[in-house]
Amino acid sequence: MPRTQKPTNGTSRRSGRRSPLASVALIAIGLLFTGGAYAAFSTSTASAATESASAQTVAEGEKLFAANCATCHGLSADGTSAGPSLIGVGAASVDFQVGTGRMPMQMNGPQAEVKPVQFTEEQTAALAAYVASLAPGPAIPAAELLDAQGDAAAGAELFRINCAMCHNVAGAGGALTEGKYAPALDGVTPQHIYEAMITGPQNMPVFNDMNISPEDKRDIITYLKYVENNPSPGGFALGSLGPVSEGLFLWIFGLGAIVALTVWITAKSN
Amino acid sequence: MSTTTDMKPADTQKKKSGGFTGAAANYVDERTSISTAVKELGRKIFPDHWSFLLGEVALYSFVIILLSGTFLTFFFQASMVEVHYDGSYVPLKGVAMSVAMASSLDLSFDIRGGLLMRQVHHWAALLFVASIGLHMLRIFFTGAFRKPRELNWVIGFVLFILAMAEGFTGYSLPDDLLSGNGLRIIDGMVKGIPVVGTWISFLLFGGEFPGVDIVGRLYSLHILILPAIIVALIAMHLLFVVVHKHTQYPGAGRTNNNVVGYPVLPVYAAKAGGFFFIVFGVVMLMASFFTINPIWNYGPYDPSPVSAGTQPDWYIGFADGALRLIPPGLEWVGLGGTWSFNILIPLVGLGLFIGVVLLYPFLEAWVTGDKREHHILDRPRNAPTRTAIGAAGVTFYAGLWAAASSDIIATHFKVTMEGVIHTLQAVVILGPIIAYFITKRVCLALMKKDREIVLHGYESGRIVRLPGGEYIEVHQPVDEYERWKLVSYADYKPLELTPNARGKISPVQRVRAGLSRWFFEDRIAPVGTQEIEKSHGDHH
Repeated sequence: MPRTQKPTNGTSRRSGRRSPLASVALIAIGLLFTGGAYAAFSTSTASAATESASAQTVAEGEKLFAANCATCHGLSADGTSAGPSLIGVGAASVDFQVGTGRMPMQMNGPQAEVKPVQFTEEQTAALAAYVASLAPGPAIPAAELLDAQGDAAAGAELFRINCAMCHNVAGAGGALTEGKYAPALDGVTPQHIYEAMITGPQNMPVFNDMNISPEDKRDIITYLKYVENNPSPGGFALGSLGPVSEGLFLWIFGLGAIVALTVWITAKSN
Repeated sequence: MSTTTDMKPADTQKKKSGGFTGAAANYVDERTSISTAVKELGRKIFPDHWSFLLGEVALYSFVIILLSGTFLTFFFQASMVEVHYDGSYVPLKGVAMSVAMASSLDLSFDIRGGLLMRQVHHWAALLFVASIGLHMLRIFFTGAFRKPRELNWVIGFVLFILAMAEGFTGYSLPDDLLSGNGLRIIDGMVKGIPVVGTWISFLLFGGEFPGVDIVGRLYSLHILILPAIIVALIAMHLLFVVVHKHTQYPGAGRTNNNVVGYPVLPVYAAKAGGFFFIVFGVVMLMASFFTINPIWNYGPYDPSPVSAGTQPDWYIGFADGALRLIPPGLEWVGLGGTWSFNILIPLVGLGLFIGVVLLYPFLEAWVTGDKREHHILDRPRNAPTRTAIGAAGVTFYAGLWAAASSDIIATHFKVTMEGVIHTLQAVVILGPIIAYFITKRVCLALMKKDREIVLHGYESGRIVRLPGGEYIEVHQPVDEYERWKLVSYADYKPLELTPNARGKISPVQRVRAGLSRWFFEDRIAPVGTQEIEKSHGDHH
């Protein structure tokens, strides 16, 4: 970069033959090309929301949006100082955030918490259709990716490499900075797991289809469901939190029982 | 213990059975002179108190560990050759892993009783170190490490360190993700040592981490060298207990020259033998019902992933916590290398802590100048400074220990990680000081209360109106047994500065006298007979 720039500057200063607007025009053309290419590329990867929602559903969603979401996200969903723009977040994002009760948010905090779901399935679908109609974005995944019938071993390996550093190897959750956290994955529906991966809610990064293919995502869901549906072979799992809960259990219940028994054994008989 | 009448029904058979056992005993005795040992040991007296059994718990856990560990060696293969898992645990089928990991999984899923034995081994290991820790606290706070038992304290503390080493080498063997992460931290700490660190790490791992040697090497340490040293030291530890005789708490009839309790045979041996099975039972129950170290969740070791909630077993937690609490940005580049003070400070700090605990009996003996033998234990309150030092040490350790679970604390109590870390940094530095002063004042207050009770008796709650109109509460005098406990402790005075042979006071003497003053400055003298006599008739 610096090597190519220097001679250009030098020649323009010396000769002054080239129009001073030439470089500006060149940069503009370059930006247009790269930007356009990127846009074309990213829309093609982010499985464009082609679900043909009826105009009626979209209209219904718009009404619900104006009544419940617009305060923070703006009447045209382009965001305010209180909430981000939703243009291009896609139906998957709405389904995840609203479907898990995270949105509408109850209060500001380190991150939106799961709470009882506020809308019916039809209402959530209408909201999703409305937001999806604004701009293309990740769509709600197809049912065949959510059947949890993939390869659990491959999914487990992918999960350890991509997810476990925040969510813990058994999906028990973990801490992030400044009060944020990666939630436990026990009881999360396959659809929500999938949507979280493609939309990256809260602090979670996006795992797009270039990163982890849809089949790999299916494997990850398969592993999580395996862990959820098969109790630990060793007995109670103590929250699957690892050595901390084991140590706590040992000190309180193990050693506690032992000390109680020593007291019993050395007690004077009446 | 048993009455003679109980024996009568067996009298008819006595001749017959006595004949055989008698002959057998005689046969053995004539060839081994074992009766001397039985006579000596069988009449050994052990005082009875629940806290005296904690060391026994450690011993029994160790026996359980040996038994279950032997079972595990039949099936575990300490090799890091790569294989593809083909056992019955579905979410790992076909995954590449070391033979060590695959054989641990086979132990867990495909060998009858293997998982139970793995869990027995691991739970017993946690209990082993925990009971040693509690046993040590009992020894410390009752002053049982004083002459003549200083060396036994050292042996016991070395056993504690060796137990931690056994634990660490043990949970690193399965070569799962968690154990590999633990080894990586050790590798990082070793590499943080200036100049030699990198070479030591290469020596340890046979090249760059993780290599293919470490599991085999840890295995040799874990099942051969460390257990051999531990068994030898336990033997010495117990021998010393026999030689020194057991300490006892102050009480009526107990002096520095006697031991009040039950003889080993038949009472104590029966109790202790039964207690072994109780401890075994508790470990078995834990192992049957509660998962420990689910290596199938962690998967095989791979240097790239680290799971959230990655922690060492509890006894290594204090070291992990020290690493978590050290503030960032302490690396310094210069003098031809990187100086990782973020690792060196915890290493040196913990080394000092361990050194002070190891040498505490000698330090205290030097400061107090106490060369007498002690077989009567101190009640913790009667040695306020020592108890306060102990409380400070416990607070320091507990702060570091809690820091190892900072992330779990953050998620489970819904607080920020930074908040937890900063709070614990304060706890580790300020906590010991606060704990020291609070504990010392509490001890002194309790001693004052004891003194008050000895001199004036208990408050009975009975209010009496005297003829003159005055109301008084009647105080009940404390009974003699209770009083014995309250008054029988040694009164110390600070060492005085005395010139040496050449009439000079050395600086070392000054330091010693200063420390001694600090140790004994605040004290409550035990109540003497004269004072008790004087206070009679003063029970209002």
